[in-house]
Amino acid sequence: MNHQPTPQTGKEKNPNLKKISGIKMESIGVLMTCPMHKYLEQQLETHFNLFKLWHCNSSITEFLKTHQGNTIRAVVGDTNIGADAELIASFPNLEIVASYSVGLDKIDLRKCEEKGIRVANTPDVLTDDVADLAIGLILGVLRRICASDEYVRIGKWKDADFGLATKFSGKSVGIVGLGRIGTAIAKRAEAFGCSISYFSRSQKPFANYKFYSNIIDLATSCQILIVACALTEETRHIINREVIDALGPKGILINIGRGAHVDETELVSALLEGRLGGAGLDVYENEPEVPEELLGLGNVVLQPHVGSDTVETSDAMADLVISNLKAHFSNKPLLTPVI
Amino acid sequence: MAGENPNFQNTDPPTVLVHRFPSFDFPPGNRLSTQFHLLDPITSPPTSPVLLHSIRALLCIGPVPVTPETLNRLPSLQIIVGSSAGVDHIDLTECRRRNIAVTNAGSAFSEDTADYAVALLFGVLRRLPAGDRYVRDGFWPVNGDFPLGFKLGAKRVGILGLGSIGSEVAKRLAAFGCSIAYFSRKKKTSVLFPYYENAIDLAANSDVLIVCCALNDETHHIVNKDVMVALGKEGVIINVGRGPLVDEKQLVEFLVRGELGGAGLDVFENEPNVPKELLERDNVVLSPHCSVATPESFEALQDVIIANLKAFFSNKPLVSPVQKD
Repeated sequence: MNHQPTPQTGKEKNPNLKKISGIKMESIGVLMTCPMHKYLEQQLETHFNLFKLWHCNSSITEFLKTHQGNTIRAVVGDTNIGADAELIASFPNLEIVASYSVGLDKIDLRKCEEKGIRVANTPDVLTDDVADLAIGLILGVLRRICASDEYVRIGKWKDADFGLATKFSGKSVGIVGLGRIGTAIAKRAEAFGCSISYFSRSQKPFANYKFYSNIIDLATSCQILIVACALTEETRHIINREVIDALGPKGILINIGRGAHVDETELVSALLEGRLGGAGLDVYENEPEVPEELLGLGNVVLQPHVGSDTVETSDAMADLVISNLKAHFSNKPLLTPVI
Repeated sequence: MAGENPNFQNTDPPTVLVHRFPSFDFPPGNRLSTQFHLLDPITSPPTSPVLLHSIRALLCIGPVPVTPETLNRLPSLQIIVGSSAGVDHIDLTECRRRNIAVTNAGSAFSEDTADYAVALLFGVLRRLPAGDRYVRDGFWPVNGDFPLGFKLGAKRVGILGLGSIGSEVAKRLAAFGCSIAYFSRKKKTSVLFPYYENAIDLAANSDVLIVCCALNDETHHIVNKDVMVALGKEGVIINVGRGPLVDEKQLVEFLVRGELGGAGLDVFENEPNVPKELLERDNVVLSPHCSVATPESFEALQDVIIANLKAFFSNKPLVSPVQKD
């Protein structure tokens, strides 16, 4: 560990990525929508003809002033900039969108399906990191890790003891969305002796946890509510005032999903008024902007969308993106297809 | 005799002498004061020395030392009830010599301490406090993405002391995908994790060392320079035991020189003083000895203290006696 920016990793990790079965992949135009990960950028540069949208102020219009739209056959997007209708329409030869994320909310899936464009994402490789972060945020909020670290650094410990925090082990945990990430969170919370319940589109037959068919009941029953579902039209603002009030003044909200899962205005006012006990947030409605009112609160922990931001996982995600692209352009099955 | 009736109905509650620093006390309204007659020399100095001579039970609140001099003043003492997991402030050899039983907090604190060890490790590897500061200080819109952290499950975790706390740490970190190994005074036959015969071998085969053992003569500075070298430049040390378990001066030097990857510390050799070199570092998480500062732990502690005292006064087996072997 050191203070340098992202260490160089994995250049020779996957030598098979360089073996090409007779196709000149280096000529295939791939558009990367924004800086995501240096290693991914290097791999894309090595294996394809890479174009970087941020060199044109992240504007498709500007890009098309200096580039032919039909050169782009693949787009690599992420949670910031994906592939919306405008982008898809701008690249008539677009064959595949490979997302450096598991979330698909920034991709116009309907348009892709319509036009026969393949879509791939990065499930599984990031499940552990994101689940770890959910627990880390809970510990951060309940055990006040960030506040106590600050307390020591500014010299306050010399004057007085820090004060009480709240125990995590044994608390009741409610998970919104029991998919891969939700299940991984449940497994970890169980090791802390927590009781687990969940709300999902449908009950999971193999999950040994209590199922609630509506989210208000889940929020009422648990002390810690974790958002771990995909962002869709149905789940936008799924955490609204009603849910927050059901969670209550001793309740903690953890969001490792998408900012838009939570009505942020309601969340802020609930925290300010003491109607909600605390929150651990990795995502926000308008990243990288974070509501100013949160910045001064002691009962929240704020992270800059770092859910899968470890060296190991970033490299694994990058490898998966490259593998999906290579598979597609070799007419092989995608490793992690969405469409 | 008070000893015959564990519920002390129709009898006066038994007397327990309180031993504490003036600045350190249990909160008022605690359950102990209703169950026992607590004699606190600080708030009400005993009117007669004879009272002290008849004291059979001593309640030690906080890490106030119990020395031969303390014991000399209490010739009838038969039990010392501690309020922490650690009993390094109590002269156990002297107690054994005088046939005085000692109890500690037992497993009252184990879960909270284990939770805290995991929190500190998460804080170091995933840079939680640093990321939180990054957002609060407004750097995210200006500087962009926060630097990458490290995956917890990729780490080999070595637990120094697989007692009550160490076992709870192991259980939690195993769920994160970490591989677990340990060093303890003795190998635990019922435990499947790999055992190493000494701290250096454990460190050599670990990426993270979690220090959860008791502090005594053998374990003073158990995490020394050799152990740190064996752990390696990417190594992380988490200490939720006692400050003197780690050679703090050496730790600071290694962190400053980049010979160690990071540290999460709830305890220090000279609390509340923390080496100033640590205060600026992003690869450490610092904590003001609060791994059990929760109301839940305090309730559990009271349960253990009350159970031990009741058992003592009823001539029943103690709940959490400290064995000195």
